[in-house]
Amino acid sequence: MSRPIAGGRGDGIERRACSPATAVAGEQGTRQWRVMDSGENEEEQDMKPSERMKIARQHMPEQEPLVRARRFTEVNQGYAPTTACLEAQRCLQCKDGKCIKGCPVGIDIPAFVAAVSENDLHKAADILFAANVLPGVTGRVCPQETQCEAECIRGKKETPVAVGYLERFVADWAREHRKDLFTPPPPTGKKVAIVGSGPAGLTCAGECAKRGHQVTIFEALHIPGGVLVYGIPEFRLPNFIVEAEVETLRHRGVDIQCDVVIGQTYTIPELMESEGFDAVFIANGAGLPIFQGIPGEHLKGVYSANEFLTRVNLMGAYRFRDGEADTPVMRASQVVVVGGGNTAMDSVRTAKRLGAEPAILVYRRSREEMPARIEEVKHAEEEGINIQILTNPVEVLGDEHGWVRAVRCQRMELGEPDDSGRRRPVAIKGSEFDIPCQVFIEAIGTRANPLLTQTTPGLKVNKWGYIEVDANCMTSIRGVFAGGDIVRGSATVILAMGDGKTAAGAIHRYLMNGK
Amino acid sequence: MMFRILNARWLAPQVRWIEVEAPRVARHHKPGHFVIVRVRDGGERVPLTVASSDSKTGVITLVVQVVGATTEVLCSLETGQHIMDVVGPLGKPTEIEEFGHAVLVGGGVGTAVIYPQAGALKAVGNRVSAVIGGRTKEYVIFEKELGEYCDVVYPCTDDGSYGYHGFVTGKLKELLDKPQEKVGAVLMAGPVPMMRAVAEVTRPYGVKTIASLNPIMVDGTGMCGGCRVKVDGKMKFACVDGPEFDAHQVDFRELADRLTSYRVEEKIAWDRLHGEHECKLAEAERRCASQ
Repeated sequence: MSRPIAGGRGDGIERRACSPATAVAGEQGTRQWRVMDSGENEEEQDMKPSERMKIARQHMPEQEPLVRARRFTEVNQGYAPTTACLEAQRCLQCKDGKCIKGCPVGIDIPAFVAAVSENDLHKAADILFAANVLPGVTGRVCPQETQCEAECIRGKKETPVAVGYLERFVADWAREHRKDLFTPPPPTGKKVAIVGSGPAGLTCAGECAKRGHQVTIFEALHIPGGVLVYGIPEFRLPNFIVEAEVETLRHRGVDIQCDVVIGQTYTIPELMESEGFDAVFIANGAGLPIFQGIPGEHLKGVYSANEFLTRVNLMGAYRFRDGEADTPVMRASQVVVVGGGNTAMDSVRTAKRLGAEPAILVYRRSREEMPARIEEVKHAEEEGINIQILTNPVEVLGDEHGWVRAVRCQRMELGEPDDSGRRRPVAIKGSEFDIPCQVFIEAIGTRANPLLTQTTPGLKVNKWGYIEVDANCMTSIRGVFAGGDIVRGSATVILAMGDGKTAAGAIHRYLMNGK
Repeated sequence: MMFRILNARWLAPQVRWIEVEAPRVARHHKPGHFVIVRVRDGGERVPLTVASSDSKTGVITLVVQVVGATTEVLCSLETGQHIMDVVGPLGKPTEIEEFGHAVLVGGGVGTAVIYPQAGALKAVGNRVSAVIGGRTKEYVIFEKELGEYCDVVYPCTDDGSYGYHGFVTGKLKELLDKPQEKVGAVLMAGPVPMMRAVAEVTRPYGVKTIASLNPIMVDGTGMCGGCRVKVDGKMKFACVDGPEFDAHQVDFRELADRLTSYRVEEKIAWDRLHGEHECKLAEAERRCASQ
C-alpha cells in the first residue's frame, strides 16, 4: 500500500482479509480472520479466478418476515465484515469492468470491491464517495439487478457479485467509523442554486461543492431528502441514513434552506437576477399524483400513494398512537393498493405494518410486467402481501357515511402489445367482483408539477409539462439546468442521481468556460 | 428554520392574531395565498390564512381559530416564541378584476381571507362591500380593518346581538335584490355550510361567485393530492389549482364530508392534549374493529 490513508490506523480497524481457503459455498461464521501484512495483500490480489469462482453469492441477512411485517425497522440487516469480504472475493476483477458502464454515476466498482476484499475499507470508502455522494442510499434502493449487477460477468452463468450489498456495507462502515476527509477545494466564487433536495439535487450539490462552487439547496418541505424521506419507507431506507448523508454534504459546505418553494417563494428569474446565483439546477421531483378517474375516489379512505407514504414516512403517522407524531393516517383492517411499481409495493407493505389483514395489491398486467424490483416483490410476498395480477379497479364503493367499504375490480387478460411493447391488458366482460376494504391506495404514477414551470418564462416543457433539456441537462434558459423526475417523468433514485452528476459537470463547464 | 412571533393576541374567543417574521413569504404574498405551518417538532402541517403581509418589514399576520390540538398549541404561543416552519406563499392569488361592485362575504376566521382581497379590489377601482358574520357580536372580526377599504361593512350575528340579525346569506340576498347595488361579483371564505349556502343564494342571480376552499392538506405543493375537490365534476387540487374556485361549480357536500376524515384522530389528539388519551384510543380501536 503506497497510498497514505488520512486518519491513519488510529480507528482500531486492522488490515485483515479472510483466507480464500476458508471461503466455501456461502458458509459463514466459523471462519478465522488473519491479520495480513502488505505482502499477503499482494497474494490476495493474486487469488486465482478458479478460487474466486468457488465462492457462492453471500446471502443478505433479513429480519424474519412475520416479525418485520409488524414493524418499521429495516428489513435487510447488512453484511457482517467476513461476509462482505467473501462476497468481494467473488469479483473476478475484469480489466474492462462492464459493471462500471452499468452504473449511472460511474462508480469504479472493481476497485472498491477489491478494496473490500483486502479489507481496506478506508480505500473502499474513498473510491465510493469519489463517484457517489449517497452510497448508503443507493446501496439500499438501487435496482442493481438491472444495472451494475446485470453487467457482471459472473451473472452470465450463475449469480452476479452483490455490488449493491457491498456498497451498502462500505457506506455503513464509513458512517460509523470515519469522519469525512473532505478537503475543501479552492472556491471558484460561483454560486449555484439547487431546487429540491431529493437524489438529483443532493448529488448535484455534492458534485458542485467538490468543484469549489458555493451551493444552496432550496427544499419545499421542512426536512431535506425529498422522495428519500417522504416516499421510501423506513423499512427499506431508514431516514437516519438519509440524514447522515445530508449531514456529510453540509460538512462539505452545502447550504440547505428548507420551507422554500421555488415557483412560489422565489421564482427562477429571481434566483438568477436578484439573488445572485450564476447557475440553477432544477430537481423538484415527480409532482402530482395521478388518480385513476374512477367513481368513488372522493370517499374517505382513498389515498394517493404519495399522501399515504408522506403521512407515514415524512410525518411519522405510524407513531401517532404513541403520541410522538401529530399527523394521523387511517388504519384499516383491510387495505387494497393498485399499481405494480416500487411505490405500490412500499404502500402495501406499509399498510401491512399498520395492521392491515389482508393487505392486497392489485395490478392490471401480469407479474412479468411489474416495474417493481424483484427483491421488493419477494419481500412483499414473504410478508404475506396478497398480490392479485390481471386485476383492475373500476369503482370505489362507499357506505352511507362516505367511508370506503370495498373496491370493485374486474379481471383482465393480455392482448396485443401496446406502445410500451408490453401486452395490453384487456378487461374480461362480466368478471367484476368486490374486494372489501376500508382504505384504498392508488400508486399508478405522477404527472408534472406546474408550480415552477408556470412561473418561469421561457422554460421549455414538453406536452406533458416535463422540462426539456439537452445532453448536458441544460434547459432552454442559459445557465438553468434540470434533471430527475421533472425531466424524466418518473424514474429511479439512481437515474436522478446520474442526472445530478451530469448536470454538475455541465454546470462546472458553463461557469468556468461559459459553455 | 424558526419563525419568531412578533405579536400574538386574541381577536375573538378562540381566534388568535399572530404576527410572524417570515420575510420570504411576505415578499410575494398576494390576496388569496395561504401558508403551511408546522408548529413544533413532530407537528402536523396545516394550511392557514394570511390576513396581511408587509414586504418592507417582512411580517405576515396569521389569523387562527382553535379547532383542534394543533391550532390550540399554535394559539398558546406568545409574543417572542417561535413557530418551527412557515412555508409559502402557496396557492394561486385571487384574480383581481374590475367587477363594478364586489361583495365580500366572510364567516368567522374566513373574514381574514377577504380582508386583503378588499384592499386589492378597491385599488383597481371597485366599489367594495363586506358582509361579515359571527355567532354573536364578539365573534365578528375585522370590521374596523375592512372599513379602511370597503365602502360599506355589514356585520351580521346569528343572535342579533350586533348588526344584521341573521346569517350572512340573508344580508347578501338583500343586496342582490336591490337593482341599484349592481353586484358584479361575490368573493367569500368561511365554514363550508356558509359557502354552500352563499353559492345557492347567488346562483339564481347569475352573479360570479368565488369561494376560497379549506380542504385537508399535507404538503401544500401538489404532491399529496389530499386536498382534491370536485369542481364542475372534475378533480382539482386546492393547493395548486386553487384554493379559489367558481362556487357554483364546487361540490360542497363532498368537501364537507372529506373534512370529517380524521374526526376520530382529531378527538384523540385533542384529548391527549387535555390528558384523556387512553379511553379515546380504545374508542378509536373499536371503530376500526367494527369497520
